[in-house]
Amino acid sequence: MIDIPTVRKAFPIFQNQPELVYLDSAATSLKPQCVIDAVSGFYTDHTSNVHRGDYAIAAENDALYDGTRKVVASFIHCDPREVIFTHNATASLNQAAYGLRKFLKPGDVVLTTKAEHASNLLPWFAMQKECGIKVEYAPLDSQGRLTEEAFLSAMHDKVRIVALAQVTNVTGAEQPIKAIAKAAHAYGAYVVCDGAQSVPHMPVDVRDLDVDFLAFSAHKMCGPGGTGVLYGKKELLTQMDPLLYGGDMNARFSSDGTVILKEAPVRFEAGTPAIEGVIGMRAAIEFLQKIGMDNIHAYEKELRAYFLQRMQELNNIEIYNPDNAYGPVAFNAKGVFSQDAAGYLASRNIAVRSGNHCAKILHEVIGTDSTIRASLYFYNTKEEIDRCVAACSDISLENAIGIFF
Amino acid sequence: MNSMNHLLDDPMVLRELIMDHYQYPHHHGLTDDPSYRHVHMASDSCIDDITVQSKIVDGIVEDVRFDGVACTISTSSTSMMTDLMIGKTKEQAEAIVDEYFRMIDHKEYDPDVLEEAVAMKNVYKQANRIKCATIGWKAMKQMLEEGEGHE
Repeated sequence: MIDIPTVRKAFPIFQNQPELVYLDSAATSLKPQCVIDAVSGFYTDHTSNVHRGDYAIAAENDALYDGTRKVVASFIHCDPREVIFTHNATASLNQAAYGLRKFLKPGDVVLTTKAEHASNLLPWFAMQKECGIKVEYAPLDSQGRLTEEAFLSAMHDKVRIVALAQVTNVTGAEQPIKAIAKAAHAYGAYVVCDGAQSVPHMPVDVRDLDVDFLAFSAHKMCGPGGTGVLYGKKELLTQMDPLLYGGDMNARFSSDGTVILKEAPVRFEAGTPAIEGVIGMRAAIEFLQKIGMDNIHAYEKELRAYFLQRMQELNNIEIYNPDNAYGPVAFNAKGVFSQDAAGYLASRNIAVRSGNHCAKILHEVIGTDSTIRASLYFYNTKEEIDRCVAACSDISLENAIGIFF
Repeated sequence: MNSMNHLLDDPMVLRELIMDHYQYPHHHGLTDDPSYRHVHMASDSCIDDITVQSKIVDGIVEDVRFDGVACTISTSSTSMMTDLMIGKTKEQAEAIVDEYFRMIDHKEYDPDVLEEAVAMKNVYKQANRIKCATIGWKAMKQMLEEGEGHE
């Protein structure tokens, strides 16, 4: 059980914006004071670069930064040496794709779906152009869900990489990653998993899922911006090339161009990282672990079921993902363009996102170009949902235009 | 103040104007006529996707048309723009476009020049919607700057 009033006290934005109903956590989450303090502590108490200073606060800083690898490892159940700090899930996915290039030859296939976010499609599209590989799509149902059977129907010998979100970012479909990974490995394919919408909301165990890569962002899980993680299996990381070259990631180099790189994970962390971001992510993970990922998952499921049930009572609302057990509710108000409707909700202090949410080929699956996405996190309440539902019941073309007068 | 201007001060009237232009946009639907220039406005925003066409002959804007997927503000502001442009000289049209951008930027403007487009006068209050209110107008401005003919 989560003590919601106590949890909400940890987030200063609820005091500063008492009227706000924030239902856009799939875009970015709110930040608790402990994370804000961890970030500002870097500026006020131990400012220094990592792995360079020979003085006391630098040692403190290094301990906090490097110690975060262990915290992440305990969170997703891997070896700390398999945790690469990146700038966000996008950077993580680009590094995974770039690093896998050397395993691919022209004619090889990357199997994905049309529900994927741009960050798990465009890196593969780029390789399609540059390396002669082919991107193929496994079939989804009308709510963006992939079954094991549908996946197997699309799987074949030329598939070398399977690139999938564990939970998709618009319809919130939870894909059967564990079963898919098992099947993909039987074909000798690697599995690149986008965990941006799953890691913040449910217990994720990379060993159990047996994915080869997992990408996620700190800012969607109560952490600071500019920081993400790429988990990669050790035996793959040792063979992969870094996307970026520069400071810290090399051991030595000489004038003839010889470079000796450090081992993973530092090999993939060229340049000064977002140190305060990494330290803040540690505070965020510890905050989430204290609440418990099982508790977070259970509460969000309950909240989502309530939200869905209340929304289904409204005649003016069309919902695109009613059967998904959790994740965002994707909907439109009949006859009102999504951005107009979101503008009206904003006038009632309800923060949601409208548009295609970076999943620009999903419309081929769910049959609409743009939706309103209302996404939940463990700090949301039934009272907030009631306020959102009341505002949704009032969405009309007249009211949407009325906000300008 | 004439009666037209008086009406255009009434929020109810302005709201109705936006509704009308959204539900029944003027000069809507594209033509295959090769004497038209066109600008596809798709890269400015990831939601609105509008194409505007124009035919400018001997310094006169003979026709403007548009189509696309867009919100109320994008559609209605572009529809209003087409009404204002057609039949004007290039210079007059450019002056109207400039006046419109002054209004959107919340600067001094002459409402008489903008006629029904004054319905967009409050869009500056919703900063994220300024793109919507200017997407079609930017396309028109670009075509006016490019001049006549079709390369």
